[in-house]
Amino acid sequence: MLSMSTNNSSYNDQGGADSAVEIGQETTPTSNSGAGFGLFSTDFKKNDDLKEMLENNKESLKLEAMKRIVGLIAKGKNASELFPAVVKNVASKNIELKKLVYVYLVRYAEEQQDLALLSISTFQRALKDPNQLIRASALRVLSSIRVPIIIPIMMLAIKEAASDMSPYVRKTSAHAIQKLYSLDPDQKEHLIEVIEKLLKDKSTLVAGSVVMAFEEVCPERIDLIHKNYRKLCNLLVDVEEWGQVVIISMLTRYARTQFTSPWREDGVFDENSERAFYESDEEKTRDDTEIKPYTMDPDHRLLLRNTKPLLQSRNTAVVMSVAQLYWHLAPRNEVSIVTKSLVRLLRSHREVQYIVLQNIATMSIQRKGMFEPYMKSFYVRSTDATHIKSLKLEILTNLANEANISTILREFQTYVKSQDKQFAAGTIQAIGRCATNISEVTDTCLNGLVLLLSNRDETVVAESVVVIKKLLQAQPSQHSDIIKHMAKLLDNITVSMARASILWLIGEYCERVPKIAPDVLRKMAKSFTSEEDIVKLQTVNLAAKLYLTNSKQTKLLTQYILNLGKYDQNYDIRDRTRFIRQLIVPNEKSGALSKYARRILLAPKPAPVLESAYKDRDRYQLGTLSHTINTKASGYLELSDWPAVAPDQSVRNVEVIEPVKEWAPSLGKTGKSKPAKSSDDKFYSDSGEEEEDEKGSGTSSSNDGSSSSSAGLSLCLCVPPPGPVCVSGPAFVPEKSHNLLHRMTGKGLAAQYQFTRQPCLYQPNMVSVQISLTNTSDHRLEQIHIGERSPAGLKIHCFNTIGESHCFSTLDDTKEDQFSVSIQPAVGDLFLAVTMTEQDFRKEQGKLQGMNECSATITVTAENTSSQPLNRRVAAMANVGVVPSGQDNVHRFAGKTACSGAVLLVTVELRESSAAVITINTEKSVMGSMLLRDLKKSLAQA
Amino acid sequence: MIHSLFLVNSSGDIFLEKHWKSVVSRSVCDYFFEAQERASEPENVPPVIPTPHHYLISVLRHRIYFVAVIQSEVPPLFVIEFLHRVVDTFQDYFGVCTEAAIKDNVVVVYELLEEMLDNGFPLATESNILKELIKPPTILRTVVNTITGSTNVGEQLPTGQLSVVPWRRTGVKYTNNEAYFDVVEEIDAIIDKSGSTITAEIQGVIDACVKLTGMPDLTLSFMNPRLLDDVSFHPCVRFKRWEAERILSFIPPDGNFRLLSYHVSSQNLVAIPVYVKHNITFREGSSQGRFELTLGPKQTMGKGVEAVLVNSQLPRGVLNTNLNPSQGTYTFDPVTKLLTWDVGKINPQKLPSLKGSMSLQAGASKPDENPTINIQFKIQQSALSGLKVNRLDMYGEKYKPFKGIKYMTKAGKFQVRT
Repeated sequence: MLSMSTNNSSYNDQGGADSAVEIGQETTPTSNSGAGFGLFSTDFKKNDDLKEMLENNKESLKLEAMKRIVGLIAKGKNASELFPAVVKNVASKNIELKKLVYVYLVRYAEEQQDLALLSISTFQRALKDPNQLIRASALRVLSSIRVPIIIPIMMLAIKEAASDMSPYVRKTSAHAIQKLYSLDPDQKEHLIEVIEKLLKDKSTLVAGSVVMAFEEVCPERIDLIHKNYRKLCNLLVDVEEWGQVVIISMLTRYARTQFTSPWREDGVFDENSERAFYESDEEKTRDDTEIKPYTMDPDHRLLLRNTKPLLQSRNTAVVMSVAQLYWHLAPRNEVSIVTKSLVRLLRSHREVQYIVLQNIATMSIQRKGMFEPYMKSFYVRSTDATHIKSLKLEILTNLANEANISTILREFQTYVKSQDKQFAAGTIQAIGRCATNISEVTDTCLNGLVLLLSNRDETVVAESVVVIKKLLQAQPSQHSDIIKHMAKLLDNITVSMARASILWLIGEYCERVPKIAPDVLRKMAKSFTSEEDIVKLQTVNLAAKLYLTNSKQTKLLTQYILNLGKYDQNYDIRDRTRFIRQLIVPNEKSGALSKYARRILLAPKPAPVLESAYKDRDRYQLGTLSHTINTKASGYLELSDWPAVAPDQSVRNVEVIEPVKEWAPSLGKTGKSKPAKSSDDKFYSDSGEEEEDEKGSGTSSSNDGSSSSSAGLSLCLCVPPPGPVCVSGPAFVPEKSHNLLHRMTGKGLAAQYQFTRQPCLYQPNMVSVQISLTNTSDHRLEQIHIGERSPAGLKIHCFNTIGESHCFSTLDDTKEDQFSVSIQPAVGDLFLAVTMTEQDFRKEQGKLQGMNECSATITVTAENTSSQPLNRRVAAMANVGVVPSGQDNVHRFAGKTACSGAVLLVTVELRESSAAVITINTEKSVMGSMLLRDLKKSLAQA
Repeated sequence: MIHSLFLVNSSGDIFLEKHWKSVVSRSVCDYFFEAQERASEPENVPPVIPTPHHYLISVLRHRIYFVAVIQSEVPPLFVIEFLHRVVDTFQDYFGVCTEAAIKDNVVVVYELLEEMLDNGFPLATESNILKELIKPPTILRTVVNTITGSTNVGEQLPTGQLSVVPWRRTGVKYTNNEAYFDVVEEIDAIIDKSGSTITAEIQGVIDACVKLTGMPDLTLSFMNPRLLDDVSFHPCVRFKRWEAERILSFIPPDGNFRLLSYHVSSQNLVAIPVYVKHNITFREGSSQGRFELTLGPKQTMGKGVEAVLVNSQLPRGVLNTNLNPSQGTYTFDPVTKLLTWDVGKINPQKLPSLKGSMSLQAGASKPDENPTINIQFKIQQSALSGLKVNRLDMYGEKYKPFKGIKYMTKAGKFQVRT
């Protein structure tokens, strides 16, 4: 790559003085504008001087030239001619100048590919700069230059940046991935590798951007998420707001492929009967032989729990995305927590209201109950924009039920009188919908609508007639008097659409008003020539229908009208008249059709269905662009249905990553036991995991400043244990759970804990304790959380406050209760199992002699002399891994303490006559002797 | 995500464009102009417009449309929220966000947009960080820059983005350390013809202006936090402390920011601070209409109602008005039919009124709807809901800051149907 300075002369040749910069027609002679923003002020200069200014040595002139050029770009004028002169300044020392050159480069590099290459070396150099921000900005610009030839360079830069020390640079590299992908989709495979790597990143800065890249490049590679799922959930609160939106929508999709439905099979998407829904539930549990109770995957719960605080975000997009997550993923009875927040968003800008109202409209069709208490928030204000008004109307109509219809109708009455006639017309349609949905008010609505027929405004009258027509069509039998009333109104109504509708109605139900119909026809015949076309057509229609049903009275009238129609100016009417005449008046020419005239004209017509325009919108994920425009937008990712059977959940288990070499795949199945749910309690017990550190490791610093909850990932150095030790999954997980809080002492709240022997999610040197909380009372328990943590040196990573523990009758008296409880771990649960070879075992044992060794001889029971039961006994007692042994009578086990990673070695040597020697080697001699005591007891027992 | 941005003024000219990916021709805006033409009012332009290859998402602020061009699926609120953030930033930088201000500062605007989005994805939207990257223009700086040739791009690279407290820059120094909080409540209400309340609710915000040295850690507690029904926080507030103790604990950003917005639970009955007596009639067949309006204070907790402004959109049939205000001034625009009455302060002894007649179009039938009356007012030194701040404490720094708190009630969307 040539350096800039040596190239100067060639540019001058190439540029020449003749190439005038092509920019618009502004030719104002004044010069000497001092400020750089002169472009938009009155003093336009000829832009020829720009090139000279750029080639000048003075920085200030260059800067001014660049400012003017940026002004040109902003206006959308072409400034590409200046490319050679501008690109030379890419290596400038002046930061502002440099930035403006970047702006220019990114804009025009695509058009001037060859010249753009000259700038690349500068960026390559900057990529190695010690300052992280310079590295980042170099990568940003380099990847924004859409020149295919530098794809390999970009690829390299991205790969390097992805393993940069600085999270900020890594974030930039995540952005660059998408840019490269859009430039060259063939790089996909390589880019996926980078994404996979960045997904493992623990920085909150990177998380949002890399998930964005994931969504853009490989949204189908859901398998990449498994291992990062829990981390993403836990990081979520701390990620910047834009990243949160992207992560939440990705996790929504993920969860729909990985978890089973929390909605009951029979829980159809219809909620007017929440009660029925639960009743059926009870019935079902009675014969629990067939249906096994649903238990929510703890990971599913984790997602719901960690997104809930984000409902309080100031960013409307975040709130909306949490709302859609709950809508698509949460059990039915939990969805309603989003209502309040959504209603809050309605206070925001007009555009926000528009989107939120659309989503509420879709939600409210399926679940009236969610928004009914907030009905008044949807009342229309005269200052609302028209589309906001109609959305509110839509929602009010959806919310209408027997109880509130009178309030809503009263409100509608005000709207009908609105000056915004389009809105008034919308209201009339809404009244029509209420009338069909709620049979109690059909008559009231109809009467109200009939009154509106005398309104002065054309649109209002027309709309009412049309709606009345639809309503009558649904149940014509009872309403002949309304038809009569409408016939009377015909004299006054001038709107042609309304007149036509009335004529059609009379024609359609002429047999119900046998006396009036011919008279109407008579009147119409009189005014036929002065009517609008649409009215004429309906008059012909009416005449034909009457001729068929009541030819005695109307024969002459019909013929008169048909004659008038025959000579009408409008060919449509002439055609129709001709057709009708042939159809109804049988003569030799008319074919077989006239026989069916009656069946053709008076065929029963299906009533139009009045339903919401938002009825089918739920096929799109809420909050998406596709949902808003009601068509599939390009790049829309379908939300899959719940799987019938949940895929293997262990894929999300993450092993504690040791900073040492090789890695033994975790042994066996890590059975994560779920909070057991007895079939008779009707709620999902919340399970929270709490971590406890046995002896404060002292290295932890306090959470500084971040507003978040899960601080676990940040701090706490874990000292790698000496020697070739790999943590493995537990060989055995004790099923036994201990009582933490009895339900009598806990006033209904029972808590049980159990050591899962899983590597802890938050910190490798903590021990996970699973606590299952059960609400056995008949009122709801809210805000369960762990308060004071007593003994010094003991660190507890608390779970987030659990919102509430549900049960069904809600009693509203709040009381705060505090229970102090204590967890007493058996010493064996404070270890982590490790795998090692016999050789290593001996080596470690060699180091841990003397003080660090304790042993005892015991008599073992007969069944414990063989290896299988013995292994099980030991594993049940302590979380240790079996070391393959060469000798039959010597069994070895290895583990390490969770807190400090000190190695623990257990040897059981069987001797004759059921005697055995247990030897324990560990630095932690106290724990060693305690474990020895436990083991002695356990092995001696039958 | 966001492909391009076009700024369109009220007369339909594109006066600024910015592209983050490949260039999209400005002809894409023709679809927007079409929609704009169809809409009767500027507010009625739909925020989302699909076109054959792109989607246009727009917001209208300060009579400028910010039109974002989108190519594929993205949550529309994401774009809308971002565009509003852009407008807020401009306002923060230039004081106003008008076409003239943007044109005058086109370079700063461009630099800002460049920093705010990378490849269409938001990068830096916190004002604290942006201000470190790009200094806001001030008169002084403009003068200095012209003389010395220095720039308004920060020489120092920002630290905030990289720290644990991404919303606050490091190395803040003040000689006077002060923290001011404004509790501002807005009352939204619809009052019906007879004067009874159809709906009324109180929304509030706490705006803060914090100028404190170093990294202060503040806690703010309320006397009656139970009043707050639904809240949304600035990202700096520690959510867990709020959940557990109902205390706002936070490391504030430097300068002005909105700490909290809240909604007062609807169980509490809302006291309506003003009442309106009105008598607006149109008679059939006559070309005159009567207009009478009287305002009075209702439940104001002894505080005066100030800055009262009444406006009303009169029916189209009204040609002109001949009204007599007992205080303040009134205007009527015969084109838009907008009546505005600037009342000022309400004196409980002598209630302000506006009386007179309206002349209607001759021969036209009487309007069927009476106009809605929108009222704005302010009540100083009181928060309508009764929310009170208990105390403000600072940790983490040694000095004693000056603390201040102010309460105010305003009318939000306060409408009276007649």
